Amino acid sequence: MYDSPSLETKVTDKAIKIAAQNVQVFYGDTHAIKDVNVQIQDKTVTAFIGPSGCGKSTFLRCLNRMNDTIDICRVEGDILLDGEDIYDKRVDPVQLRAKVGMVFQKPNPFPKSIYDNIAYGPRIHGLAKSKADLDEIVERSLRRGAIWDEVKDRLHAPGTGLSGGQQQRLCIARAVATEPEVLLMDEPCSALDPIATGQVEELIDELRDSYSVVIVTHSMQQAARVSQKTAFFHLGNLVEYGETSQIFTNPVDSRTESYITGRIG
Amino acid sequence: MPATWIFLIVLALAAIGYVLGRGRALASAGGDSRHLHSLPSYYGANAALLAMVPALLVLVIWLFAQPLVIQNRVEHLVPETSYETEGELSLVMSDVRRIAEGLDLAVERGALSADEASDIRVEFTDIRERLGSVGVALGSDVQAPMLAAAKAWREMNATGNLIRSIAVVLVALGGFGLGLMRAEKDFRARNSVEKVIKGLLILAASLAILTTLGIVLSLLFNTIEFFRLYPALDFFFGTTWAPSFGGGSELGILPLLWGTFYISLIALAVAVPIGLFAAVYLSEYASPAVRSFAKPMIEVLAGIPTIVYGLFALLTVGPLLFQAFGPGTLGWMGGGRAVMTAGLVMGIMLIPFVSSLSDDIINAVPQAMRDGSLGLGATKSETVKQVVLPAALPGIVGAILLAASRAIGETMIVVLGAGAAARLSLNPFEAMTTVTAKIVSQLTGDADFASPEALVAFALGMTLFVITLGLNIFALWIVRKYREQYE
Amino acid sequence: MTDATASGVPAGKHTSGSLLEQNPRTKRRNAAEARFKMYGMAAVGIGLVFLVLLLVAIVRNGVPAYTQTFLSLPIELKAEALDKNGNRDLDDIRKVSTFGYNPLLDEALLRVVADNGIESDYSGADLRKMISSSAAAQVRDYVLTHPADIGETVEFRVLASSRVDGYLKGRVVREDLERDKNLDAAHLDIIDVLRDEGVVSRTFNWAFIFGADASESRPEQAGIGVSMLGSLFMMIVVLLLSLPIGVAASIYLEEFAPKNRWTDLIEVNISNLAAVPSIVFGILGLAVFIQFMHLPQSAPLVGGLVLTLMTLPTIIISTRASLKSVPPSIRDAALGVGASKMQSVFHHVLPLAMPGILTGTIIGLAQALGETAPLLLIGMVGYIASNYPDGVASGFLDPNSAMPAQIYEWAKRADPAYYERAWGGIIILLLFLMTMNIIAVILRRRFERRW
Repeated sequence: MYDSPSLETKVTDKAIKIAAQNVQVFYGDTHAIKDVNVQIQDKTVTAFIGPSGCGKSTFLRCLNRMNDTIDICRVEGDILLDGEDIYDKRVDPVQLRAKVGMVFQKPNPFPKSIYDNIAYGPRIHGLAKSKADLDEIVERSLRRGAIWDEVKDRLHAPGTGLSGGQQQRLCIARAVATEPEVLLMDEPCSALDPIATGQVEELIDELRDSYSVVIVTHSMQQAARVSQKTAFFHLGNLVEYGETSQIFTNPVDSRTESYITGRIG
Repeated sequence: MPATWIFLIVLALAAIGYVLGRGRALASAGGDSRHLHSLPSYYGANAALLAMVPALLVLVIWLFAQPLVIQNRVEHLVPETSYETEGELSLVMSDVRRIAEGLDLAVERGALSADEASDIRVEFTDIRERLGSVGVALGSDVQAPMLAAAKAWREMNATGNLIRSIAVVLVALGGFGLGLMRAEKDFRARNSVEKVIKGLLILAASLAILTTLGIVLSLLFNTIEFFRLYPALDFFFGTTWAPSFGGGSELGILPLLWGTFYISLIALAVAVPIGLFAAVYLSEYASPAVRSFAKPMIEVLAGIPTIVYGLFALLTVGPLLFQAFGPGTLGWMGGGRAVMTAGLVMGIMLIPFVSSLSDDIINAVPQAMRDGSLGLGATKSETVKQVVLPAALPGIVGAILLAASRAIGETMIVVLGAGAAARLSLNPFEAMTTVTAKIVSQLTGDADFASPEALVAFALGMTLFVITLGLNIFALWIVRKYREQYE
Repeated sequence: MTDATASGVPAGKHTSGSLLEQNPRTKRRNAAEARFKMYGMAAVGIGLVFLVLLLVAIVRNGVPAYTQTFLSLPIELKAEALDKNGNRDLDDIRKVSTFGYNPLLDEALLRVVADNGIESDYSGADLRKMISSSAAAQVRDYVLTHPADIGETVEFRVLASSRVDGYLKGRVVREDLERDKNLDAAHLDIIDVLRDEGVVSRTFNWAFIFGADASESRPEQAGIGVSMLGSLFMMIVVLLLSLPIGVAASIYLEEFAPKNRWTDLIEVNISNLAAVPSIVFGILGLAVFIQFMHLPQSAPLVGGLVLTLMTLPTIIISTRASLKSVPPSIRDAALGVGASKMQSVFHHVLPLAMPGILTGTIIGLAQALGETAPLLLIGMVGYIASNYPDGVASGFLDPNSAMPAQIYEWAKRADPAYYERAWGGIIILLLFLMTMNIIAVILRRRFERRW
C-alpha cells in the first residue's frame, strides 16, 4: 500500500516502515544502545526480545521520541519513518507521536470516562468535525480494540473501573483512535493475567492488518506467538534480527541461542 | 513552702531513690548483676520514678485545684450587696485577690510583719497607701468586707499550701519506700519502668487533645457569658459593628465576616493562579537547575513572619496603591489601608503555600498518566490541562481550601493593612476590618473581661475557630481521599 | 473479535503529510504550548519579583536604623546649677531633676553655634529641639556617677532628635517641616554647617541592637535589645517544653500506639491544631494561663507556653516523619538480640532519627520566633521594655516584649522615625530566622541518611 523508494535493500517483500541506522543512545555517561541498525516492515508484528536491561525498551521509546521527556537522554544516528528522519530539527515530536502511537507496560487509562479516554487523542489532533463524527471514531476504535461489546453500555463510566485486561485493551483502542501508522507496545501484557494476555495477543494479531506493530516482550513464547519478525537485543547491541521462525529454530548467533534456550537472561 | 521548693525536694528524693534502689538490688543479688532480672539501673530508675511521678502529678493537680476551691469559698464571704451581676462579682474577686497578694508582697518586702498583716484593720490603716508603697496599685479604697475576704483568702491559701506540701512529700516518700522495697533481685524492674515511661508517652501524646479541649472550653465559657449579656441573634445577624466601652454597643458580626471574606477572596485571587502556575511550571517544565533555585526561593516567602508582611502592607504596598488609585489619580482610595492592600499582600504570603501544596499533589499524579498522554501526541500543556490537573483536582481543591483557612485566620496583615472601620461595602479600595483584627482590638485595650465589649472577642474567636476547623477538616479529608487514590 | 477489519478506514489519513513540515494545527497547538509555558514562567517570575521587592523594601527602609546622628557638645557642668551647697553630696546632687540640666544644654548649644560662626537668633530652648530629650538624662547620669567632674567642661555625644536624624538620612526634607511645629528650616541650616564642621556626625548605632525601647516621643533612643532577650527567654521555654513533649508524643504515636479510637482522636487533633489560626492560641493563652491560672501578664514564660502549644503539632509531624524514615530492619535487629521494644526505640531508633528531629525542632522554633498575633493577646505589646531583666527568674516572669511584638508596637506609633526602626528590627529578626534555617539545612545535609 505504501512504497518507499528511497530505502536501500529490502529485507523482504513488504514495504519498510521504519529504518534505523547506526543508532546510539546515551543516558548521561551510560551508552545504552550501541550502533543499532534495523528495518521494520509495514503490516507486520516485530518483536524485540532480550534480557532485562538490554535496551529493547529504550530503543522502542526512540521510535516515537518518548525519550525526549528524559533530560539526560541523548540519541545519535538516523531513524527514518517513511524515509524522513524523525530526529530532524524540523520534526515536531507531537506530530510524530500522532503517527507512531504507543501502549505502555502498565495499563494507564486517564481518570476520565471510557468515552473521554478514547476521544482524547482525536480531540487534541482535531480529527473529528462534529460530535457525531467523534462518536463514530470512539465506537470504531473501541471495536478495533476488541472491547466495544464489553463497554458499549457504560461509555461514561470511569476507565479506571475496568479490569486490568480491559484497561489495557482500552489503552490500545485509545492509541488506535488517533489513527497512527505504527503502534509501539512496551511489554503490554506484563501486568496482565494469562486470560487477559490471550485476549490482547489476539488483538495484536488483528491489528497487523492495518499497522506496523512493534512489541517489546520479555516472554519468548509471546514473541513466538504474535510476531513475524524478531530482534534480539543483548547489552545494548542488536545481536540478531530476522524471521521469528528462523530466530527461534535456527539462530545464527550463539548468544541468541543461549538466550532462547534459557542459558542467559 | 513554695511549689519550687517542693519540686526540688521531690527531685532530690528521686535522685536518692535511684542510688539506693540500685544499691539494694545489687546487694540482694550478692553484688553480681547477672543474678538480677533487669539491669541494676532499672531498679534505681524504678524507685526514682515511683518517688517522682505520682508526687508531681499530685502537685500539678493541686496547683490547679486549690485556687478554684478557695475562689469558690471566698465568693460566699463577699456580701451580696456589693455586686449585682456575675461580672461585677468577678471584678470584686479580682480586687480581693490583689489585696491578698499585696499583703503577701508587703510581708515579703518587710513593709508589714506577718502578724500585722493578719491583724490589719481598715479602720486603723490606709491599706491602699501601704500596699502602694510596695508597688501594688489598687483601684479604690479597701472596704471592710473585702479586706475580710482577702484575709480569709490568705488564710486558706496558707493552709492549702501547707497541706499541699505535706501531701506531696508524703506521696513522694510512699513511692520512694515502695520503690526501695521492690528493689530485690527477682522483681521485674525493667517491665515496671517501661510501663511508667509508656504512660508518660501517652500523656505527652494526649496533650494535643488537652489543647483542643482548652481552646474549646475557653472559647465556649466566655462565649456563653457573652451571649448572656448580648443577644446571640443580634450578634450573628447584626449589620453594625460599633463597640463603645461606655455601653450601648452594637456588636454585629456580619461586617467583620464580610471584610474577612472579601480580603481572603482577593488573597486567593492573587495566590491561586500564581501559585498553581508556578507549581505546574516547576514540576512539569523547569530544568533541574531552575527548579532547585526557584523552588526554595519561592518557599522563602513562606518562612517570612507575618509581621513583616503586615509592615510591607502598611508602609510599602498601601502607599503605592494610594498613589495609583488615590485622590491624585482615580480617587478610589481614601487611604493606604484597604481591603486591596491587605488582600494583595496576603496573596503574596499564600503563593508558596499554594504552590508547594500543589507541587506535592501534581507530583503524586503517576508518570504513567503523562506518558500515556504524551504517547498519544499531546503537547505538554495539553497533558497538564487535560490529564494532570483534572487528575489532581481534588487535591488542589483541598490545597485551596487550606489556603483559604489560612487567609481567614491571618491576623497581622489585616491588623496593619486593612484598617479599623467595620463596613459592608463592595469597593475593594475602602478600609474594612476582619474578625481577627477585632479580636485583637477588643482584647488589647484596658477593658475589663466582664464587659460585652471584651467578651465579644471570644464569640468572634469561636466563630473563627468553627469556620477554620470546618474548612480544615473538609480539606484534609479531600486531600487524604486523593492520596489514597494513587497509593 | 473481528471488529478491527470492519472499520475499513485507511489508517493514517490525517498524517499523510510529511513529518518535516508542521501542519497548521500543530503550529497552533505549539503556540498554545509556548503561551502556557510562558504563563508558568511568569508566575514563577512574579513570585520571585515579590520576594525581591519585599527584601529591597526591608533593606532600603531598615538599614538607616543602624546609624544614628550624634552631636558632640562640650558641656560645662556648672557647680552652682548642680551642687548649690558645694559639698558634692550625692543626695543633694540627685535632687536636681533633668529639668535642671536643660540650661546647661542650652548654653552648650548656643556656644557651639556661635563658635562655628553661625548667626542665629534662636534661643537655647529653640536650639534644644535639635537634640534628643534624652540628653538631659544622659548628662545627669554622668554627673551622678562622676560627681568629681562637677565644675569641669566635659565633651558629651548626645543623640540628635529624630527629625534631625531623619534629615541627615534623607527621610525628612525641608518641605515636610512646614507642617512641623518642632523644627524649622533654619534649624536645618544650622545642622548643615555643624555637619560640615564635624560637630554633627552619623555613626553606627549599637544602641539600636542592644538598647531598650523608648517612649513615643524619643524614637532616636529606642532599641530592640531588651525585647530580643524577651524572645530568647520565650524560645528557651519553647525548646525545653516542645522538644521533650513533641518527641515523647511522636514516639508513642509512631512506635507504640495501637490502632484505636483514642489514637485516631489524637491524630485528628494534631493535624487540626497545625492549621488552627495562631490568634486562637492567643485566646487560649489569655483564658487559661492568665484568666484562669493567674500567671503574670506580658511574661515571656506565658508567651513561651502559648508558642509551645502552637509549635507542638509542627514538631510532632516532622519528628514522626523522621522516625518513620528509620527502616524497620533496625528495630528488628534490636528486638532480635533480645532488647525490649522500649530499648530498641530509645537505643537505636531515636538516635538515628535525631538529626531529623532537631531539624524539625529548629524550623518549629523559627516559626515560633516570628509569631506575633498570640503575643498581642497575652499583653506582650504596649509595654515599654525599658530595662534589662535582673536575672534569669525575672527574665521569665517580668513583663517584657518580644522582637515581633516590639516591631508591631513601633509600626503602630505612626512616626516615620519609628517605621525606620520597625524595618531595622525586621532585619535582625530575619537574620535570626535565616541563621536557624541555615543550621537546619546544614544538619539535614550533614546527617541525612538514605536507607
